[in-house]
Amino acid sequence: MTAALSVRGLSKAFGGVQAVENVSFEVEAGQLLALIGPNGAGKTTCFNMLNGQLAPDSGSVTLEGRELVGLSPRRVWRLGVGRTFQITATFSSMTVLENVQMALISHRRRIAAMRPRTASLYRDEAMALLERVGMAAQAERACSILAYGDLKRVELAVALGNEPKLLLMDEPTAGMAPGERVELMALTAGIVRDRGTSVLFTEHDMDVVFGHADRIIVLNRGRLIAEGSPDTVRADPHVREIYLGAGTTFAL
Amino acid sequence: MGFYFTQFLTGLASASSLFLVAAGLSIIFGVTRIVNLAHGSFYMLGAYIAYSIVTSIDVGPVGFWLAVLAAAVAVGLIGVAVEMLLLRRIYHAPEMFQLLATFGVVLVVQDAALAIWGPADKLGPRAPGLDGAVRIFGELVPQYDLAMIVLGPLVLGAIWLLFHKTRWGTLVRAATQDRQMLGALGANQKVLFTSVFFAGAALAGLGGAAQVPREAVSLFTDLNIIAEAFVIVVVGGMGSILGAFLAAVLISELNAFGILIFPQITLVLMFLVMAVILVVRPWGLLGRPEFIARGPGEMPEAPYRPADGRLKLLGLAALLLLVAVPLAGDDFLMVLMVDVLLLALFATSLHFIMGPGGMVSFGHAAYFGLGAYGAAMLTKLLDTPMELAVAGGIAAAAAGAVVFGWFCVRLSGVYFAMLTLAFAQIGWSVVFQWGDVTGGDDGILNVWPAAWASSRIVFYYLTLALCTGAILFMRHLLYAPFGYGLRAGRDSPLRAEAIGIDVRMRQWHGFILAGAMSGLAGSLYAFSKGSVFPDIMAIPQSIDGLMMVLLGGVKTLSGPYVGAAAFHLLEDQISRLEFWRAILGVTILFLVIVFPQGLVGFLRQRLSRDEAAP
Amino acid sequence: MRIPTRLVLGAAALAVVGMSGAASAQDIRIGEINSYKRLPAFLDPYRNGWEMALDEINAEGGVSMDGKKRKLVVITRDDAGKPGNAVKIAEELVSRENVALLAGGFLSNIGLALADFAKQKKVLYLAGEPLSDALVWESGNRYTFRLRPSTYMQAAMLAEEAAKAGKTKWAAVAPNYAYGKDGVGAYKKAFAATGAKVEWIEEQWPPVFKIDAGPVVRALEQAKPEAIYNVLFGPDLLKFAREGKLRGLFEGRMVVGLLTGEPEYLDPLKDEAPEGWIVTGYPWYAIDTPAHNKFRAAYEKRFKTYPRTGSIVGYNLMLSLAAVLEKAGSTDTEKLVDAMKGLKIEDSPSGPFEYRAIDHQSTMGAWVGRTAVRDGKPVMVDWSYRDGAKYLPPDEEVRKMRPAD
Repeated sequence: MTAALSVRGLSKAFGGVQAVENVSFEVEAGQLLALIGPNGAGKTTCFNMLNGQLAPDSGSVTLEGRELVGLSPRRVWRLGVGRTFQITATFSSMTVLENVQMALISHRRRIAAMRPRTASLYRDEAMALLERVGMAAQAERACSILAYGDLKRVELAVALGNEPKLLLMDEPTAGMAPGERVELMALTAGIVRDRGTSVLFTEHDMDVVFGHADRIIVLNRGRLIAEGSPDTVRADPHVREIYLGAGTTFAL
Repeated sequence: MGFYFTQFLTGLASASSLFLVAAGLSIIFGVTRIVNLAHGSFYMLGAYIAYSIVTSIDVGPVGFWLAVLAAAVAVGLIGVAVEMLLLRRIYHAPEMFQLLATFGVVLVVQDAALAIWGPADKLGPRAPGLDGAVRIFGELVPQYDLAMIVLGPLVLGAIWLLFHKTRWGTLVRAATQDRQMLGALGANQKVLFTSVFFAGAALAGLGGAAQVPREAVSLFTDLNIIAEAFVIVVVGGMGSILGAFLAAVLISELNAFGILIFPQITLVLMFLVMAVILVVRPWGLLGRPEFIARGPGEMPEAPYRPADGRLKLLGLAALLLLVAVPLAGDDFLMVLMVDVLLLALFATSLHFIMGPGGMVSFGHAAYFGLGAYGAAMLTKLLDTPMELAVAGGIAAAAAGAVVFGWFCVRLSGVYFAMLTLAFAQIGWSVVFQWGDVTGGDDGILNVWPAAWASSRIVFYYLTLALCTGAILFMRHLLYAPFGYGLRAGRDSPLRAEAIGIDVRMRQWHGFILAGAMSGLAGSLYAFSKGSVFPDIMAIPQSIDGLMMVLLGGVKTLSGPYVGAAAFHLLEDQISRLEFWRAILGVTILFLVIVFPQGLVGFLRQRLSRDEAAP
Repeated sequence: MRIPTRLVLGAAALAVVGMSGAASAQDIRIGEINSYKRLPAFLDPYRNGWEMALDEINAEGGVSMDGKKRKLVVITRDDAGKPGNAVKIAEELVSRENVALLAGGFLSNIGLALADFAKQKKVLYLAGEPLSDALVWESGNRYTFRLRPSTYMQAAMLAEEAAKAGKTKWAAVAPNYAYGKDGVGAYKKAFAATGAKVEWIEEQWPPVFKIDAGPVVRALEQAKPEAIYNVLFGPDLLKFAREGKLRGLFEGRMVVGLLTGEPEYLDPLKDEAPEGWIVTGYPWYAIDTPAHNKFRAAYEKRFKTYPRTGSIVGYNLMLSLAAVLEKAGSTDTEKLVDAMKGLKIEDSPSGPFEYRAIDHQSTMGAWVGRTAVRDGKPVMVDWSYRDGAKYLPPDEEVRKMRPAD
């Protein structure tokens, strides 16, 4: 397998605090890679550097050999990187369907169009995506009144709008009921399987992580401290120490 | 050397008085996010009350300062009344809606002051004990100027202590920087807001009262100070009291020395400084990036639905009614409706960026004015036919929006609003000052419609066709990706950028389009009046636009033109009465409290109550 | 969604119907437009003036027309200081209220807008207060007349007086808008015309009603002029006078002030009023002519206050309107315009004056004198009335400035 995303020596400091320090890893094509670590480990900072939201102090990020550092989130997205956020970001004044349509319209570069009615654009395609995430029944509802778990699904559908090679999912199941979590991750895994998309996700719920990830990397205080298959990471004494020390339940 | 030093001192004295009024505004604005237009009224009331005290009691040096303090406290209490009786009822209205309420207060206070203190300007006595001048480097400097120079930093220090040594101050700072922290600190928001209004209004009152020995109290005082106070707050950086002080010093000194080289500069200096500062430092001198732009507990706009049968029927009926207006056989009704139509287009174009775009412009009149002046100058200087002149007016407005908009969309929230205001004022001052080309404030006369359109009926139908067409065009755009892109940028810039939408580009395009449409309204306005004057691109015109949009309902599509019609027809009727400003003000306050979602917003809420989603 | 529009429209229509029911068909309707709420300090006395004249005229039965007496009815409206509003109101007064003619205006730009409207819609407009020279000259037209002595006339009166003093180094301070610019321009022109030597070494242009007086006073002081020409008025004047006195600007300098002697502007200064300034104004307390005494007595009795400049302008405005209606014997616009040309008002409180046929400017004059403080109150002393007719440019020059009708 070849690497879809390759991260080399990524570092970022805020003031005097080294949030991310010399982090390197790869996401292989069609792989579900989990990035875990205690609160404040630098996961979100790391994520924000991958899609161009935050400029790293040093290091490189390449997507299929193409450098992403220095590009805006827009450009990174155009190259095939979809993203969901830790706190969901959707267009709250639009319906579920319209949210997905926006991604499709932007993907086809018709966002400045003055003539067509938005409602009629890529409707079937958008419905298909919603179908995929199990949100078709709520397509006409306003995003502002959705339950949080449903919003996460909508975000996933939106992120799939540009047929991404790589999906970045920041805590995709945060705020969801346990049953929903498993469901969503199963969905994600299915998408990876069907489309060959690679996924990098962060997660607090260890059931989710160990149940679905192909590989796991562990971040602590900005450094990468362990990497490998779920079993390898589970067995890593260093990881156990951190999680027990941080008081997080670590279902082993 | 002595001259320059004393000129510097003079500048400092002016800075102190500006600082006092700006500090109060900054505190109110920082905590409640209310753009308080009535702050100038607080200032004026402080001056009038202090005047009344010092002229009715024989005060000594100590008594004078007690009188100033008493005036400040009195105005603080008025501020509390405004907050408790009025603003408290509408904190959950859409963003900026409170602006409408404070505008109502301005109108009421203007007439109240006229009724209480009479029309004549009041020159208070000089301050007892500080009524002379001292020589500094051989130059005479009024003693009271020196007192003012001390007073400014004194108040600055007092506020600093209050902010850093008391729990109240901690809460105010927290609320200013991050509203969500406020809940975490367990603050009683009601008490905090009321106390903040007391403090802010009292500072404005103090500023006004302290001016009594320096300048005349007149009925112009309120409107003269309000724009300046906002400029100081924004240049200094929202929520930064020290920033406000530095900004006051900067602007006053630039003014004091600027007039030595270019005396006319005072007209625009303040706004030039603000434009430069905001372009270089998007959050003012000492401000921090604004994280949360929206008011507390604000509900997002409902998704757009295509107009249903009932709505289409209503629209058609309204249009038929408009088409039938000339049948009434009343020439003036047509004239009045031309005004209404043009203002409707103006308001709709403002709403286009303000509602769906989330960009609240305080300077939208600039594009109305550019359109009017573009058309008028083409007619006057080049004898261009009306049809081309209107096109030229649109082009002029669009060109202005291309340039100004490019800078403005780099900012957000109130900084965006103030930069649009700065550009509008710069445009206004060019038109005002450049008499040889624009006619200055004597305007451009004799801009009447082409012969074929000069009858009232033809001109009415021309206006009706163009305005309805333009409004429907904008409405259509809002249903097209163009408009959805704007809303995407407003709802979540983060998500928009993450799906490849260039938010600034969308906003810029929206801004240009709104500018062009406003320009169309302006150029037709020039022909409907036969003349143009700089007042159509001055602040009151921009404010009127905001009032129309807010009155109609910013979260509705038909709000702006319904609001424009209601506002203009109300004003037209009420201005026939004696105390029309107070009556208009009270009417606005009434509407604000009864319809906090705007007129159309209210109607929609009523109509959809049964079908409301859970 | 448009229900409110219709409701408001309906209400508007009702209100208008309700308002226009009172007058009888025999009455002559006059439309009057002004910025009453914007500039109450200047316009309240003006309104008092014309209301008093109106009541006096109607008490006599009104004006004679076709052998019958017809009463005058004034429909007065507030334009909120916006020219666009003024034009809208003018439209309404003409088309809905059927007024015979229009009058009013204070701000020059509103005067100009109404003048242009009058020309376009062919209706007589008599400007009372607006001072702009352009109103009767560069932008003059067949349908527009002006009562008050213009900026140029008053500046010329002052220049004549000031030139005698032989001061050559001058500084000017004026509000930065059309009136200020006109005031300075006219004075410079009139002063040069006297043949006296003059050098303008400093000018200050604070924004109107927003003067930062300290720096302005010091900038003037630094230039060390021998004489200062002031066009400031209202709150600006009060601030300037106080700062100037404190900072010694007026010591040993001659000061000339346009309109500074008008009670509206001078009285609020109370005992701090500057002394010895050469000004135009209105010494109502000292004018002793039968017509003025009668006017003053009636005014003080009715309004419990003394007349201001605006009062006499308003009074003369209404006298002029009654006179022109009688002279024309008709409310037909063209006849009214012809009657206005050369219309003479013999018994006004300010003395006789006439509307010149050549440029439609009245020859109403002004009082020129020096400021002083008597019993703690500011007054004008050594004053004399200057007949406006003597302070207008030669006819040839006027013809050149004024476009053909």
